[in-house]
Amino acid sequence: MRLALHIWRQRNAHEKGRMVRYEVPNVNQDMSFLEMLDVLNEDLIAKGDEPVAFDHDCREGICGMCGFMINGIAHGPLRGTTICQLHMRHFKDGQELYLEPWRARAFPVVKDLVVNRAAFDRLIAAGGYISVSTGSAPDGNAILVPKENADRAMDAAACIGCGACVAMCPNASASLFMGAKIAHLGLLPQGQPERQERAVAIVAQARQEMFGSCANIGECEAVCPKEIRLEVIARMNRDFLRASWTGRTPWRSDAAEVSGQPRQGSPTRGG
Amino acid sequence: MHLDSKAPGGPIETRWDRHRFNLKLVNPANKRKHTIIVVGSGLAGASATATLGELGYNVRCFCFQDSPRRAHSIAAQGGINAAKNYHNDGDSVYRLFYDTVKGGDFRSRESNVYRLAQISVNIIDQCVAQGVPFAREYSGYLDNRSFGGAQVSRTFYARGQTGQQLLLGAYQALERQVGAGQVRVFPRTEMLDLIVVDGKARGIVARDLLTGKTESHVADAVVLGTGGYGNVYYLSTNAKGSNATAIWRAHKRGALFANPCYTQIHPTCIPVSGEYQSKLTLMSESLRNDGRVWVPRKKGDTRPPTQIPEGERDYYLERKYPSFGNLVPRDVASRNAKAVCDEGHGVGESGLAVYLEFRDAIERLGRHVIRERYGNLFDMYERITGEDPYAVPMRIFPAIHYTMGGLWVDYNLMSTIPGLYVIGEANFSDHGANRLGASALMQGLADGYFVLPNTIGDYLASNKFEDIDPGHAEVRGAEAQVASVTRRLLEAKGTRSVDSFHRELGKLMWDYCGMSRTVDGLWHALSRIPALREQFWREVRVLGCGEELNQSLEKAGRVADFFELSELMCTDALERKESCGGHFREEYQTADGEAARDDAHYSYAAAWEFHAGNAPELHKEPLRFEYVHPTQRSYK
Repeated sequence: MRLALHIWRQRNAHEKGRMVRYEVPNVNQDMSFLEMLDVLNEDLIAKGDEPVAFDHDCREGICGMCGFMINGIAHGPLRGTTICQLHMRHFKDGQELYLEPWRARAFPVVKDLVVNRAAFDRLIAAGGYISVSTGSAPDGNAILVPKENADRAMDAAACIGCGACVAMCPNASASLFMGAKIAHLGLLPQGQPERQERAVAIVAQARQEMFGSCANIGECEAVCPKEIRLEVIARMNRDFLRASWTGRTPWRSDAAEVSGQPRQGSPTRGG
Repeated sequence: MHLDSKAPGGPIETRWDRHRFNLKLVNPANKRKHTIIVVGSGLAGASATATLGELGYNVRCFCFQDSPRRAHSIAAQGGINAAKNYHNDGDSVYRLFYDTVKGGDFRSRESNVYRLAQISVNIIDQCVAQGVPFAREYSGYLDNRSFGGAQVSRTFYARGQTGQQLLLGAYQALERQVGAGQVRVFPRTEMLDLIVVDGKARGIVARDLLTGKTESHVADAVVLGTGGYGNVYYLSTNAKGSNATAIWRAHKRGALFANPCYTQIHPTCIPVSGEYQSKLTLMSESLRNDGRVWVPRKKGDTRPPTQIPEGERDYYLERKYPSFGNLVPRDVASRNAKAVCDEGHGVGESGLAVYLEFRDAIERLGRHVIRERYGNLFDMYERITGEDPYAVPMRIFPAIHYTMGGLWVDYNLMSTIPGLYVIGEANFSDHGANRLGASALMQGLADGYFVLPNTIGDYLASNKFEDIDPGHAEVRGAEAQVASVTRRLLEAKGTRSVDSFHRELGKLMWDYCGMSRTVDGLWHALSRIPALREQFWREVRVLGCGEELNQSLEKAGRVADFFELSELMCTDALERKESCGGHFREEYQTADGEAARDDAHYSYAAAWEFHAGNAPELHKEPLRFEYVHPTQRSYK
């Protein structure tokens, strides 16, 4: 089949981008979407045009590196699927597709369809962990975890950090991503001691990163390739509110001191 | 060159304890004065970075992905082994040690393997404490399964995403150290050379992939946790970015490369569907617990599988290996699939696939049980192929999955360059000629959490580290070397894309240095590779410039290294005139077609030294088996 692609081309973070139209004449229905772009890129190289830059790595839907918008939908039309696992049999001959990078203030465009998602790492560095140093752990069976809790923690932990939730949210909120980590750790007995501090610290970091607030729209859940449920956001809000009410970790704009974690912004990353 | 493994002698049970006691310690107040570079952020790299940070060292961690959480360890599905014996089914540290030495076809170092088995139990504890959501029984206890032909249940798992959950645990520990100011991460930064000063590894030259800026980073020690080199074959189950550049350039700076011909093929991958294929997707081999492998008896039978009657099917694994049947080890399953396809029994459009059918299991157990066990794998298969595996058999074919070879390291995980440590899949240490299922995750984490953080202190405590000026001749030299390679790639201005060369090299390696090898095939590959490499440097087309994100340029540098490494793989395969584990030489097989080892002549690790412009030089580390005595593997 034959497709017409309108792809966002942007040379680098400083220059303006624009949509450019390309024809891909020989699309096989068994190709993945990224393989279709590989074919286009081979074509562009042969013509002496620079290939389209896009992020990808494992191409089996787990590393979270790939992702862009297809006709306004993060990761394209198939539910519960990353772009690398989306195959061309879901498209029709002659279709026009518009490919754009994630758009969010916290995810600046780097080039073409590539964005910078380092803000997600900083959310985790703010408190998305259990503080246990290597060597100090008790036997794995010393603390029992009810199967139901382990399963629900796993549901939340399945998040691949691709950023589709942010890209799809009209507010560019990272709540699904944050909620997933807070729910994962908060559902396990090992995660209890730091539970409230964790929520406060991560929420505070999100504000610094200029992610928006959650308005319960649910677009994030609809495009999440791992089908993380909105319920994780409710858990996050509950942990956060409880922290503010109990006064154990009262909410202040300067949450860095509150959570006891030294916080560092972007200067800790990059060359 | 004498290869001193530094493996301690005496009773194997106490070797690691005694060795650790004899290691020098770095005073806590001095730890912060040492900077350590870790390249790679997979299970080995991330766990090492986190642990070194916790100990108080200054750590700089480099990865080419946009976040350390994306390293390819994340794609491991099946599980992680540990000798916990929670099931009281006869498992022990000794049995895991024994199984691993035997599974490695008696080509690994006993001391290392024993230590790995010992540490396996601590890994599970550590990961549970970090919040890794391992599968649980209704009682709340950890669940286990038997995996990859093991006769005990020692595999811990988190659905089909064990690698992801273990990596996220290590990544979160790493990010905690970032928050604490102990660790600095350099994402989208690729190591392009090693800086060696006075014979010691003292830093790396790395390119910031966003700005193209090449910079030197100086440290007191360098740790490589950069994974395997399966992407030499172009099509593999590795991530697209997985590459050998870090270990290869360290090799060119003097680190010996051991057993490059030991590669592992995974038997259950989704077959190639066309020329555009960019990678292969693995499906957990747990599928073989309930699926039956078969091909049509008639050659070139094009009927749909459901219309082929029972009598016209050849369940060849069950026929040839009545006691293990469909559960034979990976290498045996893979070679047999290739053999039946070579004879013309292959299925699918390409004829390069065999069936894996669940019809009988569904009849016996019900569809819901199969869905519970393999639901996510079936969904993945359907997503990729558009076929429903509940209704029609899956088509599967073997693919390159893991490389046992890697940089040679001693018992301390230090390479032949002092101060250069190599951990995880990037080293050669623990799996011998063949890795058992669920052992890769175990080794990566053992190296990173428990071994390296102990052994590296001994080196730091016993050496003096002069400050290195950015203008130092060795630093400038390495930078110039990197710049000249980049310039050459950009200036070739040829007509062919990087991928087209990579694909051609991969095909050559798969055909002649893949699942089975012959003397003629290897010589053929060795005559073709240099010609193809020259053509690459002459005709490659890399567009754009070096001063910004340029994915073609990144690929080109990696492929240039694959060309050189593939030659060494063939040389090693040619030199090893025996079959063992993942290395199968057709000339050396038993009467019934099994791998025939030659312990009298080849019981050694082959460590190759690089000589610019000359043939590589072979050094041998003899392997001694004091505990597990070599026998012929048999799965009949």
